[in-house]
Amino acid sequence: MTAIDFPARSLLRFITCGSVDDGKSTLLGRLLYDAGMLPDDQVEALRRDSLRQYPRGDALDFSLLTDGLDAERQQGITIDVAYRYFHSARRSYVVADCPGHEQYTRNMATGASHADLAVVLVDARKGLLAQTRRHTYICALLGIRKIILAVNKMDLVDYKKDIYDSIRVAYADLAEQLGIMAVHALPVAALSGDNVGAASSHMPWYVGPTLLDLLETISIEPLEATDFRMPVQWVNRPDQSFRGYAGTICGGRVRAGDEIVVQPGAHRARIARIVTADGDLPQAHAGQAVTLTLDREVDISRGDVIADAARPAPEADQFAAHLLWMGDEPLLPNRGYWLKIGAKVVNARVTSIKHKVDVNTQASLAAHRLQLNEVGYCNIDLDHPIAFEAYATNPALGGFILIDRQNNATVACGMLDFALHRATNVHWQHLDIDKQVRAGSKGQQPRCLWFTGLSGAGKSTIANLLERRLSALGYHTYLLDGDNLRHGLNRDLGFTAEARVENVRRVAEVAHLMVDAGLIVLVCVISPFRGEREFARSLFSDGEFIEVFVDTPLEECERRDPKGLYRKARAGEISNFTGIDSPYEVPETPEVHLRTRGTELEAMVERLAKRVLLHANH
Amino acid sequence: MSSFSGHLDKLEAESIHIFREVAAGFQRPVMLYSIGKDSSVLLHLLRKAFYPARPPIPLLHVDTTWKFREMISFRDQVAASGGVQLLVHINEDGVRQGISPLVHGAAVHTDVMKTAALKQALDKYGFDAAIGGARRDEEKSRAKERVFSFRNAQHRWDPKRQRPELWNLYNTYIHKDESVRVFPMSNWTEMDVWHYIRREGIPVVPLYFAKERPVVSRDGALIMVDDDRFTLRDGEKVELRMVRFRTLGCYPLTGAVESTASTLDEVIAEMVESRSSERQGRVIDHDPSASMERKKQEGYF
Repeated sequence: MTAIDFPARSLLRFITCGSVDDGKSTLLGRLLYDAGMLPDDQVEALRRDSLRQYPRGDALDFSLLTDGLDAERQQGITIDVAYRYFHSARRSYVVADCPGHEQYTRNMATGASHADLAVVLVDARKGLLAQTRRHTYICALLGIRKIILAVNKMDLVDYKKDIYDSIRVAYADLAEQLGIMAVHALPVAALSGDNVGAASSHMPWYVGPTLLDLLETISIEPLEATDFRMPVQWVNRPDQSFRGYAGTICGGRVRAGDEIVVQPGAHRARIARIVTADGDLPQAHAGQAVTLTLDREVDISRGDVIADAARPAPEADQFAAHLLWMGDEPLLPNRGYWLKIGAKVVNARVTSIKHKVDVNTQASLAAHRLQLNEVGYCNIDLDHPIAFEAYATNPALGGFILIDRQNNATVACGMLDFALHRATNVHWQHLDIDKQVRAGSKGQQPRCLWFTGLSGAGKSTIANLLERRLSALGYHTYLLDGDNLRHGLNRDLGFTAEARVENVRRVAEVAHLMVDAGLIVLVCVISPFRGEREFARSLFSDGEFIEVFVDTPLEECERRDPKGLYRKARAGEISNFTGIDSPYEVPETPEVHLRTRGTELEAMVERLAKRVLLHANH
Repeated sequence: MSSFSGHLDKLEAESIHIFREVAAGFQRPVMLYSIGKDSSVLLHLLRKAFYPARPPIPLLHVDTTWKFREMISFRDQVAASGGVQLLVHINEDGVRQGISPLVHGAAVHTDVMKTAALKQALDKYGFDAAIGGARRDEEKSRAKERVFSFRNAQHRWDPKRQRPELWNLYNTYIHKDESVRVFPMSNWTEMDVWHYIRREGIPVVPLYFAKERPVVSRDGALIMVDDDRFTLRDGEKVELRMVRFRTLGCYPLTGAVESTASTLDEVIAEMVESRSSERQGRVIDHDPSASMERKKQEGYF
């Protein structure tokens, strides 16, 4: 390689899939070694490490090159995704070495999301296994279209052609079922390097390219997402004279003068300049990070998509999507999460799990929740419409992540399929009489007081007294009691975590309607999860929602046991009882924190009344 | 200008994208500026990402007081050239205790003057995102680190609790006192860095180019005698040799390599021939072989 041609090389990103026993790390290490890409001191360190692991051997253990983390080396398995970089004569490579076990499906999906191609390893002695199918499925799910099938450990089956052929044919069949059209197969022996960097003398019957040759020559056409799209990452406004929209183009190309539309929405403008630090460009295309200026003032914020005006992206707020769950806590339908797509973040709920997909067989299974590493086909509901594309058309506008609103963890990745029609067909009906008018006629500011706490903490007792007090003062109120609602609206719900989420969602929506009607609403539900209380809060305007934590210690509630429920729960007669065998997540910053033990009931009611009436008069 | 299909263009665009996500996603981001070649590239990318505006992200140099003199004068030139704000932080406790790599050894010096100093600076200014120039090809534990790498309130990295990072969708959500370290050059290699420096005409510290310099051979490394704090041991003598540096750090801890490569093209040509990796000259990385992973868990960059 000369210094001059280096910058014009192409970049190939690929992943290696297979289990530890398949010799995946060995193959990768071998490839780097045979390609002459390992520096001398790394080879020396490898020799030392190999000797420590196998004191009597003198062979290099190539798997030690890529199993980087301490814990991984101790357990002898690859847990996380490790990225490796090497340059050959023609290409620059980024390799993601992904773990193979089912419990690391999320790590593999992560690696696959960055890859153009996958190298799938199969042990010649074992043939196709459930995991081969799983790995191929994950590749297909994440949109990888090319696969190299490396049938490894040919040395252990005496380099027999018929064994290789039967695996190759069976795999082609599997790949086709999963929608992957391009498969290149080859027989290798990673340990000795046969057909890795050099042709094997043991397998004269194989006349195709070596693995290295294949990687060097395989063509990787980028997905042709032809319509111009650019999510706005950053509004660049150094002074009054310049207003640019910075982002990475994720589809098509754009020229100065082109007409664009800002989505979601219908504001149109023309491209004035395509600005970069290296000067203005006449045109730019997918992959380039640029700053666009427009010929007129349009209100554009981070997360909006600038698109070809003649071929705008579809917009919707309800979707069907595949979801791969990555969180330690399970996905619960109707719980709120943040959804990030492009540069946009919106509130999202999974309204239903249509079915779960068995990652090993792709069978559809019924499911009420998704656990770590499970894939589900789901309906998703957003609080705002977004511009999007089907993942298969444009991954940059069809791939998204879900973020837990409590602990900020990335809990899922998803691939949008299509918009659900009801979102576009059911329009929000505009009404002339609104909340302000209704509240005004009652002479009050509507509020939602959300009483949360253990069963028997005193929520209903306090709320009942407060309502009597407010009513006596002439305010219009309503008390929504969790237990009472379970006799009607929520009669169909049980006490599993999923049912509790749905229970709270319905109560919150009803409270929201009543606040919209201008009422002061008192809600008494245990509502044990922070996520649901935050969801309830998100429905209301600032200052409207008052979270009241009725803080009574468990032993005190249990001592009171007004309904005899704790006794039954302790006796095992009822299950999923909050505080006993189901958790209560204490509010971190409630508006009102009532410590009931040692406080007079009247004093608490007085305090709440003051809080409600603080700004309650119209 | 080369066509966009080239991999350097892709790397550049990816890095710019990351810078913009940091600016949009955090309240008080900062860019760690260590004066080396990776920092030079990082600064170049930072300027490009927000052009024509001034970068909305200040620079922070954690000064161990043992950097090469040429590094400090280069840093001061960069600061004087305008367009960026440069903050310098020194661990004054360490200075008072007289911490020296020559007396206390590499581990103590790095821990006090670098790791502790960095934490002090991040806490002092309340930075919630710190951008660094680390690359995944440098070292095994870096190979598994995220681009947006989460740190708890004690600045610790937990390799078992990293956030999955898919596509170019970065999760920038954190709680108060938590922070992230961001590595926009994660996917660059040493070779990419040099080619990019050449293509873009980015200035770097002259120590990267071969010149006759006063060096002492100590513990198998060639250490440059950069000031009079360096004391010779019995039998050691200072020699003038043609040397250059592949990485830059504290001068008593940074080994030179013998070389005649005095221009960018010669440096690149030498690297193509080279059979050893770049961090070999760094005393801190050697033995035990997972030491970097341990340092990172403690808050090292």
